Amino acid sequence: MSKTYNLTTPLTEEQTRELRAGDIVYLSGVIYTARDAAHKRLVDLIEAGEELPFDLEGSVIYFVGPTPPKPGDPIGSAGPTTSYRMDSYSPTMLKHGSKGMIGKGKRNQDVKDACKEYGGIYFGATGGAGALLGKQIKSAEIIAYPELGPEAVRKLEVENFPVTVINDTYGADLYQMGREQYEVK
Amino acid sequence: MRVIEFNDVVKAVRDIIVHCGTDLPQDAYDALKQAMEEEKSPVSKEVLKQILENADIAKDEKRPLCQDTGLAVFFVKVGDEVKVNGGLLKDAINKGTEQGYTDAYLRASTCEPFSRANLKDKVGYNLPAIIHFDIVAGDKIDIEYAAKGGGSENVSRATVFPPAAGKDGIVEYVKEVISNAGPNPCPPITVGVGIGGTFEKAAISSKHALFRTLGTHNEDPEMDELEQRILKEINNLGIGAMGMGGTKTALAVHIEANPCHIASLPVSVNVQCHSSRHTHITI
Repeated sequence: MSKTYNLTTPLTEEQTRELRAGDIVYLSGVIYTARDAAHKRLVDLIEAGEELPFDLEGSVIYFVGPTPPKPGDPIGSAGPTTSYRMDSYSPTMLKHGSKGMIGKGKRNQDVKDACKEYGGIYFGATGGAGALLGKQIKSAEIIAYPELGPEAVRKLEVENFPVTVINDTYGADLYQMGREQYEVK
Repeated sequence: MRVIEFNDVVKAVRDIIVHCGTDLPQDAYDALKQAMEEEKSPVSKEVLKQILENADIAKDEKRPLCQDTGLAVFFVKVGDEVKVNGGLLKDAINKGTEQGYTDAYLRASTCEPFSRANLKDKVGYNLPAIIHFDIVAGDKIDIEYAAKGGGSENVSRATVFPPAAGKDGIVEYVKEVISNAGPNPCPPITVGVGIGGTFEKAAISSKHALFRTLGTHNEDPEMDELEQRILKEINNLGIGAMGMGGTKTALAVHIEANPCHIASLPVSVNVQCHSSRHTHITI
């Protein structure tokens, strides 16, 4: 049976090992945005042994490229982008301390294995709900790669940001479980 | 010959883009509401509720429905008795696109294919638009518009079958494309299927099929039957809203069929996410 949790970042391995695929989590605290181009740069820095623009330990990375904010707003619409494009980078991020990712869509086996090994969680947010999700973001600040525009790395402060555990630290996958339950053969 | 001013076209295009960015069209809203009511999985039902709530917030607060505000895609029918005064129709559509995307704080998502550099500083904000022209009789300009997101475009596919593949081959192919796509294109989706013509005609037809109003039937009873057959097969896959598992993977299947070469049976599958932002105006 699915449980509901309220968690504040940074996440600890003790917290992530509690979670199971299908659980609903309301996240609060700081999360960081990165898409394809930013991931490439972050992983290049890790491999070169250089300092990152933020502390990876316990961090949650949100795969998002928001719309420009309207005057007076911290951010525009900000729903998840499709995650598989980050599959080649995510295991390195998890190995170096990151504990969570927020996106939408399937991950490959390497990412699922890295979640098991390093205690990471892949959370799904509702794709196409950018207006609703953007409202849970209380502040946004570009902390690296402003030249990437929507793909720049942003530090976001979120409150009760609604996500669902897709891949847990035990190898379970909500997409597979859900589909098997409703598939008519 | 009727004369339409360049700036009137710019304004009309700008207005539909602003509107579509934040207001989900009624046909899409109604189809999602019906899916929410009929969905058997409680998890998918919750997701559908969130999607509808998102549409309400976007409309009330004039916020983009989704951060992927798409590439601007147009199907334009130009009457042979109409002339645009002050510039080219194509330029007017592009200018209106740029103004709409800028004024409504929509995202500029066009980039160069390899450097991935955003094109807003080189050719304009979210330009160039994708425009398909046709010439028809009359003194009007008919513009169909959709904001096409990348996630659902990435799972779209096309192929050319030998004629023997027939309807069964097409049903299997569409099912395979949607099954492989799984949660990625943001279901519940609309599936545009272009059949016949040539390779590119099938692809363009599959795109245009997505512009049809949701909840309407195909005028051709044979195609209507095929649409219902494919829809049932897709919903039997169990993918559900955002792939969480459920009975409503697709809202509709829309087919556009064309005559084709005696040697070929082209088929194209173009997928539209649940945020089906499309509209139609006549100038």
